[in-house]
Amino acid sequence: MTDLAKNLHTEHMVINMGPSHPVTHGTVKFVVTLDGETIVDFYVEIGYLHRGFEKMCENSTWEQVFPYTDRLNYISPMINNVGYALAVEKLIGIDTPERCKYVRVIVSELSRLADHYTNIAASALELGAFTVFLYFVEARDLIWDLLESVCGARLTSNYVRIGGLKNDLPDGFKGQTKEVFKRCRELWIDVDKLLTKNRIFLDRLRDVGIMPPDEAIAWGFTGPCLRASGVPYDVRKAQPYLVYDQIDFEIPIGEKGDNFDRYLVRMEEINQSMRIVEQALDKLPDGPINVDMPEYRWQSKDDIYTKIESLIFHFKTVTGGIKPPPGEVYFPVEGANGEVGFYLVSDGSGKPYKCRVRPPSFALTAAMPRMVKGSLIADIVPTFDMIHMIGGECDR
Amino acid sequence: MSAGHEEGIEKVLGNSVLLTKLDEIIGWGRKYSFFLYPFVTACCGMEFMSLAGPRYDLDRFGSALPRFSPRQADLLMVVGTISHKQAPILVKVYNQMTEPKWVFSFGVCATSGGFYDNYATVQGIDTLIPVDVYVPGCPPRPEMVIDGLLRLQQKVAKERWSDWPRGEAPVTKK
Amino acid sequence: MSVTLKKLKDRFPDSIMETHSFRGDDTAVVKKEDILKICKFLRDDKELLYNFMMDLTAVDYYGREPRFEIVYHLYSLKYNMRVRIKVPVPESDCTTDSIISIWIGADWFEREVYDLYGIIFKGHPNLKRILLYEGFEGHPLRKDYPVRGRQPLIGPKN
Repeated sequence: MTDLAKNLHTEHMVINMGPSHPVTHGTVKFVVTLDGETIVDFYVEIGYLHRGFEKMCENSTWEQVFPYTDRLNYISPMINNVGYALAVEKLIGIDTPERCKYVRVIVSELSRLADHYTNIAASALELGAFTVFLYFVEARDLIWDLLESVCGARLTSNYVRIGGLKNDLPDGFKGQTKEVFKRCRELWIDVDKLLTKNRIFLDRLRDVGIMPPDEAIAWGFTGPCLRASGVPYDVRKAQPYLVYDQIDFEIPIGEKGDNFDRYLVRMEEINQSMRIVEQALDKLPDGPINVDMPEYRWQSKDDIYTKIESLIFHFKTVTGGIKPPPGEVYFPVEGANGEVGFYLVSDGSGKPYKCRVRPPSFALTAAMPRMVKGSLIADIVPTFDMIHMIGGECDR
Repeated sequence: MSAGHEEGIEKVLGNSVLLTKLDEIIGWGRKYSFFLYPFVTACCGMEFMSLAGPRYDLDRFGSALPRFSPRQADLLMVVGTISHKQAPILVKVYNQMTEPKWVFSFGVCATSGGFYDNYATVQGIDTLIPVDVYVPGCPPRPEMVIDGLLRLQQKVAKERWSDWPRGEAPVTKK
Repeated sequence: MSVTLKKLKDRFPDSIMETHSFRGDDTAVVKKEDILKICKFLRDDKELLYNFMMDLTAVDYYGREPRFEIVYHLYSLKYNMRVRIKVPVPESDCTTDSIISIWIGADWFEREVYDLYGIIFKGHPNLKRILLYEGFEGHPLRKDYPVRGRQPLIGPKN
């Protein structure tokens, strides 16, 4: 029998897990070379969702870039909005009022919740746990209801403005949030009971897709995947922006760097985000939400329609765009998937000369071959899910 | 649309009651049993996930099960932006689907390119494949998509069996 | 003057062309021939330890000579510092050294800069297009490429 096996002619098989595949979240192509079920070679091709974000930003005014930033990491759009606004405010050198900072923290954390819920829901769906998908999509719909009451749209919010926000929080937001969080915590407990000690889930995710910490740093990992490898780096703690230094929260750190640690880190971050939102709502001060500089942030409509200076500034900023001083700036923000950094170059005109976003999932997807070579083909699914590559951000 | 596909029975019986009743029954069966192929690329995919979720439920309309093989699906939902790199794949998937098949353009990027009027985006998938229902929105609310699905069901119910087969996508015909 | 910029100026006095700290961001403009030495120094020096290469991108200053500028953003986890290194690249000699041997994560970032700007990285093992399809002509993020240029693989050019 063994002689027969030795003389058996085998060759490696090349399989294409193409761009339209249920597991590849739509837009990535994997070319997998297999020996039986073991992966021998792995090649990733991205770029199927390249929509020309940078080129469009160079042809729009500074304020018109906000809808484009929404569609980068489209599951947590508020964080991109906030990051871009903070970068432009750093370039100009202005500081927003306290209330604006607290509201920005609240909506960022709500977006982070939506992102983590989506990730765990989609991963569980692809591993076969359909109930978890339904529970967390319900939780995500509730969070989106909250965001819809704030800004009017569930997904692509376009809520933050340079120097402030589009409008203030609605009345009754605090009570609504308490109700939603009560339900979300129940769903979290259910999913925890279903998945965390589940034999099948553990077998699929434990010791799969391991990335040791120094390699993770060399590849440029950031966010939950880096923290799962044991590196305690979170932009909210390392270089606090907005009011994160006044809010008490922890960042969960993993041990092994495998997929199960990434899952646990995300589950714990959900709890921490809810804590942050509750603290921010308690501490929310009264006051204006827009900075009082009409050449960057236009006044309320009462002023525009009655005072001539406000009208002139409104006209100039809408038609010509605001005019930050020339220079360049880089501002990192902790996105749901990693460090989202905006690098802006201004030449003093109304349009950005360059608007670059540092995509966290780009670096994570680049390391896929390293994490997956040598394991079985079924391990591609949980690894890729836990990396949480989002096409809009990776390809921009 | 049904150019020259007159089958033998049609020629003999014409527009008689027998055939229209048959068309109605077939249309009724087809409209309540769509097998979706969600060709998901971008942000609209999140609204699609919500549609499949417990609050806005696509299962009520008979189109619950996504089939991820073109041979087994009959409703191609193009969800999200199609870039020029992705376009040949979309046309290939459309050609591989067996007839009867319908195309549902979900979101404004699939309908007309959205606000991405640039070097990398296809300005509407109807330049590549024939589309039956357009649902604009960025992203469209789930209620809009359900409305679109109901209109598609009305359209499918009125079809005649001589409408099919239609052949491959016009852009690939030389 | 921050620690990083001072050490860089002391160690490589003729490679550093200019430094500034606009809005608190330390920036150094260096000559493109010395980028490998400088990056190795930044990564390995005991008081700097820049182990993260956060971002690698390029800017097209159309009408200025040198035309392109490659921008590296580095972060040191231990000392919590950031620095930006800029490398001017003229259009006539659109090449520079690849830093993939220092941080392996630079792989895809350099491919993206090649794809969108046309700058060639010497020493990169696999410099192919990454975001656009293989037969695409031109480099779209250059300022002289029209935003509405159409190059469809299939379908009309509308």
